[in-house]
Amino acid sequence: MGNYFSFPDLLIWLPLVAGIICFLSRKEESAKTISILASLLVLGVSIASLFYTDDKKYLHFNNVNYIWLKYIGANYFIGIDGTGRLLTLLTAIGFPLVLMSASRTKYVSAPSFYGLLLLTQAGLMGVFCSLDALSFYFFWELALIPVYFLASRWGGEKRIQATFKFFVYTFAGSLLMLIGIIYVYLHTGSRTFEDGTVVAHSFSLSSFYHAALSSKEQFGLFWLFFIAFAIKMPVFPFHTWQPDAYDQSPTPVTMVLSGIMVKMGLFGAIRWLIPMFPAATLRFNEVVIILCLIGIVYASCLAMVQDNLKKLVAYSSIAHIGLMCAALFTLNPVGIQGTMIQLFHHGINIIGMWVVLNMIERQTGIKQISQLGGLAQKAPALTILFVIVALANIALPLTNAFTGELLMFSGLFQYNHWYAAIAGIGIILSAVYTLNMIQKVFYGEWKPVSSYFPDLSITEKFVLVIIVALIFVFGVYPQPLIDLTKESVNQLLMRLK
Amino acid sequence: MVWLIPILPLIGFLINGLGRNSLPKAVSGFIGSITVLASFVLSLLVFMQVKAGNFHQTLHYFDFIRLESFTIPFNFTVDALSSLFLLIITGVGFLIHVYSTAYMHEEDGKDYAKYFAYLNLFVFSMLLLVMGGNFVVMFIGWEGVGLCSYLLIGYWYKNVAYTDAAKKAFIMNRIGDLGFLLAVFWLLNKIGTVEYDAVFSAANLAKLTATDITGITLLLFVGATGKSAQIPLYTWLPDAMAGPTPVSALIHAATMVTAGIYMIARSNALFSLAPITQSVITIIGLATALLAATIALRQYDIKKVLAYSTVSQLGFMFLALGTGNYVAAVFHVLTHAFFKALMFLGSGSVIHAMGGEQDIRNMGGLHKHMKITSITFLIGCLAISGIPGLSGFFSKDEILAGTFAHSPLLYGIALFTALLTAFYMFRLYILTFSGTFRGTHEQEHHLHESPKAMTIPLIILAILSVIGGYFGVPEALGGHHELAAFLSPVVKSATHHLSHNTEYILMAVSTLLVIVSIFIAVFRFRRYSTEQNNVFTKWLENKWYIDELYDAIIVKPIRGFSNFLNQFVEKRIIDGAVNGVGRAVNYGSRQLRWLQSGQVGAYVLLMVIGMFLLFIIQLFL
Repeated sequence: MGNYFSFPDLLIWLPLVAGIICFLSRKEESAKTISILASLLVLGVSIASLFYTDDKKYLHFNNVNYIWLKYIGANYFIGIDGTGRLLTLLTAIGFPLVLMSASRTKYVSAPSFYGLLLLTQAGLMGVFCSLDALSFYFFWELALIPVYFLASRWGGEKRIQATFKFFVYTFAGSLLMLIGIIYVYLHTGSRTFEDGTVVAHSFSLSSFYHAALSSKEQFGLFWLFFIAFAIKMPVFPFHTWQPDAYDQSPTPVTMVLSGIMVKMGLFGAIRWLIPMFPAATLRFNEVVIILCLIGIVYASCLAMVQDNLKKLVAYSSIAHIGLMCAALFTLNPVGIQGTMIQLFHHGINIIGMWVVLNMIERQTGIKQISQLGGLAQKAPALTILFVIVALANIALPLTNAFTGELLMFSGLFQYNHWYAAIAGIGIILSAVYTLNMIQKVFYGEWKPVSSYFPDLSITEKFVLVIIVALIFVFGVYPQPLIDLTKESVNQLLMRLK
Repeated sequence: MVWLIPILPLIGFLINGLGRNSLPKAVSGFIGSITVLASFVLSLLVFMQVKAGNFHQTLHYFDFIRLESFTIPFNFTVDALSSLFLLIITGVGFLIHVYSTAYMHEEDGKDYAKYFAYLNLFVFSMLLLVMGGNFVVMFIGWEGVGLCSYLLIGYWYKNVAYTDAAKKAFIMNRIGDLGFLLAVFWLLNKIGTVEYDAVFSAANLAKLTATDITGITLLLFVGATGKSAQIPLYTWLPDAMAGPTPVSALIHAATMVTAGIYMIARSNALFSLAPITQSVITIIGLATALLAATIALRQYDIKKVLAYSTVSQLGFMFLALGTGNYVAAVFHVLTHAFFKALMFLGSGSVIHAMGGEQDIRNMGGLHKHMKITSITFLIGCLAISGIPGLSGFFSKDEILAGTFAHSPLLYGIALFTALLTAFYMFRLYILTFSGTFRGTHEQEHHLHESPKAMTIPLIILAILSVIGGYFGVPEALGGHHELAAFLSPVVKSATHHLSHNTEYILMAVSTLLVIVSIFIAVFRFRRYSTEQNNVFTKWLENKWYIDELYDAIIVKPIRGFSNFLNQFVEKRIIDGAVNGVGRAVNYGSRQLRWLQSGQVGAYVLLMVIGMFLLFIIQLFL
């Protein structure tokens, strides 16, 4: 069944195998090299996957189906559609950037560090490719567990507390989802294999979509899944794990968490939650949007009063994700399309933010805004690139996030004028906290926090230039990403009819 | 070829931006200026073509966003209105670039190149704004100019007060931008297009209800109040004077701040259908004009006086827009661009001579040291005051006449404001250029006329300030108002019916009163020592305490609320609940531990109790 080398296969197994090789390698340098090479290889595969389509039909691009646990109807069933390609591409672009920007920092037992990062990548790829609920759950956890180890071993001073909270919180969400998965599974139809075996139930995506659930059951299940995804995103009020986790994790991990991993929650809603429970979605989407709106204003307010740079970015990310989630749940094509492309752009921009913050922290050992100042004098290139990334983060026109926000707001406006206006407060506040940060950290007189503050290294410059290039390319010509995900949007809407 | 007009300054930006570390100053100044000059030449060609054929053309380049429900193309509109603005932007822009090469010469090479890069980026954004063929492309330029304004106000980034001003400008503009964006969404939502031609077509306008039109136009106007510094969002503009003076001339007088007027004139088809919005615009415009003029009476910073004057003149333009007199508003944009840029550049020349001093209390008698600056500045003052024959007279008169036709009461207020304008302008002129020098000896020793690169733009602008009005001589004075004829395919003004006699009387009255006002100012400030302060003037000096008011009712409460959320809601309530769940589990487990005591007796006892309970349950089922 299926081709020998399918793209999703490669996307999942390459990082997994490379991660294991990293573990086995003894030297820091070789682990670093292996991991960067592997991630570049994955990027190549991911780009190639954009050009190869074996079938135009929804969810039939490059998919593979192996029987895994036959008697319970669980398969290793993976494939990538538009959304999947978009997010695997983000993962594939994100990891080389993360690994390269991390290469300046020394980590104890580096082989395990890089190995775990690659395992995370494998897990993420799996999540974005899974077309079977059990493998989805498997990869969901596979992505989470290495991050826990990474954060608790290589994190900041208060890492144990922060990562414990992060782990328990997200794991509790996962368990709720597992309960939901089992419940839905028990209501799926039977399936007959070619050899005559009949299994009572199936974990496959399509059988989950067609599970016999009353609308009452859907209402309950909706929340089980929603909470799991909401914790991951995170949506207000399930967000409190995030600022601490971002603050305490080593920066590469924070990049992965904020750039890619939070997209798992939104992806889960797009691939599983909404199509599985259309009736419940139509019933509760208003509640979700209101939560998101509260979250946007709330997180933006909190971002304004943070003194810790990392927490500021964390809260700003919560606000942005809130907007994406709200636009998704407007359930109109414009809003969903906006969320789709923003999934990608937000990931790129926030990784760019962390590259700079990582460098500032490494050079000065300080992450308090009030203690920094005048960096523009010492590091002009850093300042310019950071200002561009920060402005992209607040969606200035001709940067990538602008199109996404334009569509998301447009969708939200279509849903309810006032909701768009409330979410618009976030646009204003985002300018306030972003410009505040730029002013306090980069402008003003130089504060002697560190006698020596070099400008960007070649690798860091390279990473940021790539990010800035992506920002402008998709800022000026956003259409390719829209075309990539258009069909997924339509399919999602079909489920709601 | 039209696309070259904005691309050239963009190329200049890229060269100067990327080469800032290696380019010599002369080269970066040259590149910055020559690209804008090239754009100006092209704009002139475009303008000629438009004038000759009166063609109205939309040039489509690519689809920016293409969805099933709507398409937003990236296109440019070339018509009378945009070609006129192209000339203002590139023409005045070029003069200011040339002026800047001398004004900024003390900056070191890197900053010098950065300055020209930003200035070119600004011209690029401004050109996008006026050339855009739909509201989204306009918005791209709209936020782009806001960004450049931010970057240039905070050009001397080491000074915290300057970067504060930059931040304030950006944030206030963003508040307005939100209004603009919501209007765009409204249009997309209702008629599925944002292209001018489509939006203003009769078929699409018919699809909009009166509420829609009022809502859309009000939101667009909110955008205009941000960009064009009207009540309540005007307070950023005076602070924006922190930037280098040529920037104030280009961005904060001649071009960017007129974007709101351009936008409303562009959308005149919509605004003419929204009487409520028009009344709001009239009132806000007039109130802004008056408020800013009163503040300008008591400012001592040469640039601040000009800044408030700009706010006030922009208010006049909105007054014209509100009364449906779109052509007059555009006319005033044109003449104001000449004389206000002239005066800003003149003030830059003064500041340059004074070694950075901006307080007019320390000036005086500069006329004999810098004659060109003084004379050109005087021309500017006469033009803005509305002395017959100079450009400001024609455009201001047209606004006043339109207002009179609309409501004599509003006319009275507008006329009063015009008198205040003449008064504070001559106060400024007299305090700066006549009388005796009040600064230090060292400053006096250094006084000198500015170099040619600065004085030649002054002279050109002075000439334009004189003749700029002859494009719009009203019929009452035997003219044909060529500007109105030129703009007529795009901008349809409401016609006001005033007899020629009424117009003559209005002109005579305003001219007479303005001259009286000028004389009062001259006599009052001829022998200046100090101005007495009373309660009223103290309020004026402190700008009616509007900044303090905003701080007290908006900034502080939001900060306080955010702190409350951070300290209490986030830590105690939300996180408290999460941790509470954790603690409850812990506590519960600790209690349950007692069950696992390890004593066989206890287990047996529990078992018996359990069985007993089961029996009871079964009994009841």
